[in-house]
Amino acid sequence: MAMVLPFYWMVLTSLKSKSEIVRIPPSFFPQSLTLGNYAEAWERLDFPILLRNSAFLAFTMTVTILFSSSLVGYVFAKIEFPGRELLFVVILSSMMIPFNVVMIPLFLLIVKLHWANTYWGIIIPGIFSSFGIFLMRQVMGTIPDELLDAARIDGASEFRIFGSVALPLSTSPLAALGTLTFMGQWDAFLWPLIVLTRDDLFTLPVGLALFNNRFYTEYGPLLAGATISVIPILIVFLSAQRLFIESVALQGMKL
Amino acid sequence: MGSRNPRRRQQLIFAACVVIPLVASYVLFLIWPVIWAFRISISDWNLFTNVGQFVGLRNYARAFKDPIFRISLLNTFYYAILSVPVGLIVALALGMMIQAAGPLRSLFRVLYFLPVVTSEIATGVLWRWLYQPEYGLFNSMLRALRLPPQDWLLSPELAMPCVVLYATWKGIGFTTIIMMAGLDGIDRTYYEAARVDGANGWQLFRHITMPLLRPTLTFILVTGVIGALQVFGPIYVMTQGPGGPLHRTRTLVLYQYESAFLSFQWPYGTAIAFISFAIIMALTLIQLRVLRRRWEY
Repeated sequence: MAMVLPFYWMVLTSLKSKSEIVRIPPSFFPQSLTLGNYAEAWERLDFPILLRNSAFLAFTMTVTILFSSSLVGYVFAKIEFPGRELLFVVILSSMMIPFNVVMIPLFLLIVKLHWANTYWGIIIPGIFSSFGIFLMRQVMGTIPDELLDAARIDGASEFRIFGSVALPLSTSPLAALGTLTFMGQWDAFLWPLIVLTRDDLFTLPVGLALFNNRFYTEYGPLLAGATISVIPILIVFLSAQRLFIESVALQGMKL
Repeated sequence: MGSRNPRRRQQLIFAACVVIPLVASYVLFLIWPVIWAFRISISDWNLFTNVGQFVGLRNYARAFKDPIFRISLLNTFYYAILSVPVGLIVALALGMMIQAAGPLRSLFRVLYFLPVVTSEIATGVLWRWLYQPEYGLFNSMLRALRLPPQDWLLSPELAMPCVVLYATWKGIGFTTIIMMAGLDGIDRTYYEAARVDGANGWQLFRHITMPLLRPTLTFILVTGVIGALQVFGPIYVMTQGPGGPLHRTRTLVLYQYESAFLSFQWPYGTAIAFISFAIIMALTLIQLRVLRRRWEY
């Protein structure tokens, strides 16, 4: 299987000793396995901190985007207000703007707001997701008005109707949006690399990237570090693989 | 009606509570940065002194005279022309194969999706190791087959195809899942009816699968081209350093990143960003128009 052979090679190389890594021809079934590369990678990279930072950021961003997307989606789908259509068109077309156009001024803005080297610089600009809003508006649009009106007659506030009627009816699209967001945030690299320069704030991809730059050709520890970094997301994926795959299929339906 | 008026007011207040922060966020973090970026791109502004003067379109003119910009632009197109059709064809073949795989279907889906969830940084190191000229797996395999070993990422001719191969391996699971969702959407009875009429496999593919898969193919094609023209991750992890051998893997986004964040030429970097944005916009509109015209009967 061409898809998994590279992974086998990664784990295999990371378990080989330094002299066996550079043997020609390479061994497919090495005589001795060692954890030396793992010890070295673990020593140079603070994995518990990196993992904690990555998990914190990805989780916070996912919860924030789920909440904001469903709330905004509900308002766009179910409440009429002046300028609604125009605003929605603006949000849709903003999906076309590549991040690299706004990256430089956004960085300057973050510096001005004293959010450089803080998680605010990553979380606050990312509160709203155009794709999430678009998706949740489509979903909320399918909820029958009669259900909402019934709750209104019972005297429920709009926020209560959103929370107790609209949200429970959209759980599976929310799960899909959450999965896609988490996947994207977990691997987010360019913006965190620009905003964060203190190593106690680094996320897993940022820490690993700088580790790669520093020990560019020491493949033993590099591949051990890569293997360690892959394990958490692999566990999440394998335990929820149906959800991952269905979420991606849903994204294809958006056009 | 009297009882509805306070309700309507409550709705408007609720909408305002949601929409005002939304608008504020889009203005502050998107619209204003775009305007600001444009102003930087027509100035000679310097980050450290924070002074800048209007210089007109000089930064844009510079890009068109800059040979490294030209080669980055060509590399970006080359990447798109290689990666988009390869991704589309492989995803279509895999999608149809996995669909026919019966009980092994979900196993295959998981295997092909594995590289999608693993981090680009981790898989980048892994593939650099596979391509490593002396000890890498690919050259060992070539030697075992008594074929001449290659320089892979260090070869000007092979560097970009190597990046494309890596990017295809990394992303094909994603495209395949979308392709399979499209294939699942085709009503089975069309195939049964055509088979009763004596159609062969190729005719089924050509006259049922292809036309009914068009929305999915359009989606993959258009998002694929947009993604390919903005490629950064695979290039960055495969060829750190000055854009690969003889600049052969430097793309527009990489060049922009280098100009702005490494050599601190912010106005020039921003001008490159706007030029690539204009190219992406134009190509997307052309694609949508051409595809729509061709597909109307």
